[in-house]
Amino acid sequence: MKPFTQVEGRAYPFGRTNIDTDVIIPAEFLKTISREGLGEGAFKTVREEAGNVFDDPAYAGATVLIAGDNFGCGSSREHAAWALEDMGVRVVIAPSFSDIFSGNVFKNGILAAELPQEAIDRLIEVAADGLEITVDLENQVVTTPFQDRFEFPIDTFRKECLLAGRDEIGLTLESDAAIAAFEQKMTAQRGWMAPQAK
Amino acid sequence: MSEPRTLYEKIWDAHIVERRDDGTCIVFIDRHLVHEVTSPQAFEGLRVAGRTVRRPDLTLAVPDHNLPTTARRDAAGKRVPIADPMSAKQLEALEANAPAFGIRYIDDAAPEQGIVHVVGPEQGFTLPGCTLVCGDSHTAAHGALGALAFGIGTSEVEHVLATQTLLLKQSKTMEIRVDGTLGFGVSPKDVVLAIIGKIGAAGGTGHVIEYTGSTIAEMSIEGRLTVSNMSIEAGARAGLIAPDQKTFEYLKGRPLAPEGSDWSAALAWWKSLPSDEGAAYDTCVALDAADIAPNVTWGTSPEDVVPITGSVPDPESFDDQSKRAAAAKSLDYMGLAPGQRMEDVTVDNIFIGSCTNSRIEDLRAAAEVAKGRKIAEGIKQALVVPGSGLVKRQAEEEGLDRIFIEAGFEWREPGCSMCLGMNPDKVPPGQRCASTSNRNFVGRQGPGARTHLLSPAMAAAAAVTGKLTDIREMMG
Ligand code: SF4
Repeated sequence: MKPFTQVEGRAYPFGRTNIDTDVIIPAEFLKTISREGLGEGAFKTVREEAGNVFDDPAYAGATVLIAGDNFGCGSSREHAAWALEDMGVRVVIAPSFSDIFSGNVFKNGILAAELPQEAIDRLIEVAADGLEITVDLENQVVTTPFQDRFEFPIDTFRKECLLAGRDEIGLTLESDAAIAAFEQKMTAQRGWMAPQAK
Repeated sequence: MSEPRTLYEKIWDAHIVERRDDGTCIVFIDRHLVHEVTSPQAFEGLRVAGRTVRRPDLTLAVPDHNLPTTARRDAAGKRVPIADPMSAKQLEALEANAPAFGIRYIDDAAPEQGIVHVVGPEQGFTLPGCTLVCGDSHTAAHGALGALAFGIGTSEVEHVLATQTLLLKQSKTMEIRVDGTLGFGVSPKDVVLAIIGKIGAAGGTGHVIEYTGSTIAEMSIEGRLTVSNMSIEAGARAGLIAPDQKTFEYLKGRPLAPEGSDWSAALAWWKSLPSDEGAAYDTCVALDAADIAPNVTWGTSPEDVVPITGSVPDPESFDDQSKRAAAAKSLDYMGLAPGQRMEDVTVDNIFIGSCTNSRIEDLRAAAEVAKGRKIAEGIKQALVVPGSGLVKRQAEEEGLDRIFIEAGFEWREPGCSMCLGMNPDKVPPGQRCASTSNRNFVGRQGPGARTHLLSPAMAAAAAVTGKLTDIREMMG
């Protein structure tokens, strides 16, 4: 995983609420057995709209996506995170995210930063002018060229992992002995939990 | 005495392997269901890192999303090739990965094959008090048996395969209490639609919902599965219902359920699981069963719910600006006008199926309506898709297939079918579908498809009249 420290770049002033993962990546694109190339199908239905932000040359190469409340709701498909990654998006900023979605993007080295609606409105204004937004994870702050400064909360564990670009599985396997001890305890206490083939 | 705990807290506490300072826990996972769509990249990841599956014995794989619902074997018993090469590739990947990693695999033509969330409970793979995950958000369904069950993404699938654990933080708890007797024609689907309509599509975010109250207690296990299944549509990652006598009776004798002295030991633990008297929830919501009518959705979010006797709302009637904009967009997509009566909405397609409503009770409810009737002239496609091969077999033993076929429905092989546009069963662009599935999102049933969510009986009624119909009038 790529370490995440600071991202400076243009942003898509998207702003819509309740954007579900079917919108981020429609089901027809899920039939892949690889993680790459999904950017092509990203936001397909939105991109059919004339004047949509994703095809507007003013935002070409944007690395930040500014969205509305409850972003990433619906299906748990991680393809949504892969699609964003493939589009080059490294940060999504919204008032709230669905739980599964924020976990999924995090695992792919993308930051999901929560900011209140007023901050979102302001960032959309700035982004709409094609100006760059800076997201600094170390200091947990989003800034604009106009001295706007919005601090966002983030779980310390996630922050550390993102900063270090750490692989979660490797990290968990460091606790292998604890997992093995738990399994032993389970066999003793709830041995019936392991299904027997009949 | 220790503090009174909720069902969720008891299951959570019983599965902590390690707690980190910031509250993140390594949580042991007892059950892992795997299907073809969200697993190939996880297996690929294991291979690349040279890792194995830690507990293949706790893992069960079954294909469902991509499978066409037409015959899978020809007369000679040979596999019927799948036309879509991408679908075929995903299915082949699962078929190869399962044995390569030592995982139990239910093959596409096995009688036990079906939608993961129908198969888990049916096989007794899902048990009260277990932690169960699957790379699919409707995993919440299994909570109906008192399992802490939730959907995970592919990286987490890989994490569970490699470590049999997940890194999680404890969720908040929400009690949704439904009391009273459901009226005639009102089904569990209407209950859960009413709940989502009330708390909203994000109402349960960050929470695990526990459904309580006399209405839930009275409900069959299959009805509870329907309710818990849609927890995710209210934003909650998991739903739970306390295991009770009905749960135990449902599970006893299922192929993968414990037996003999194991059964007694399990039972003793399961009985200790229901929330303690006085246990506190972070949020409580109450509904009265008497207020719940047969419901339908009008928009493109499952929270867009109205009773069948209602009409399409005016987007201007919503308080907040973003809701108004969303509603206007929904209506445009749905081809509906404010004030239009739901009962005047004509439909082109009928879908009875999905992990929400494809079990035997669902099929019986729909068949009761279809019996002796014919589907309306204008209906272009009417599918009945059992949730598993075992449901299909039972329905056929009861003669339900004949009822459906005589009424003009198509009787299909088990799978996800028209619930999502991944297999050949799709709603064509611009057409309208009365669907027993769980999501009315833009493009969910195929690009441009317009979905109205409703119960199996209501779907059958819509098939007969060709428009959304109040089941109480038709059957009352
Ligand atoms: S039936 Fe629909 S919701 Fe259920 S698992 Fe299949 S695609 Fe997902």
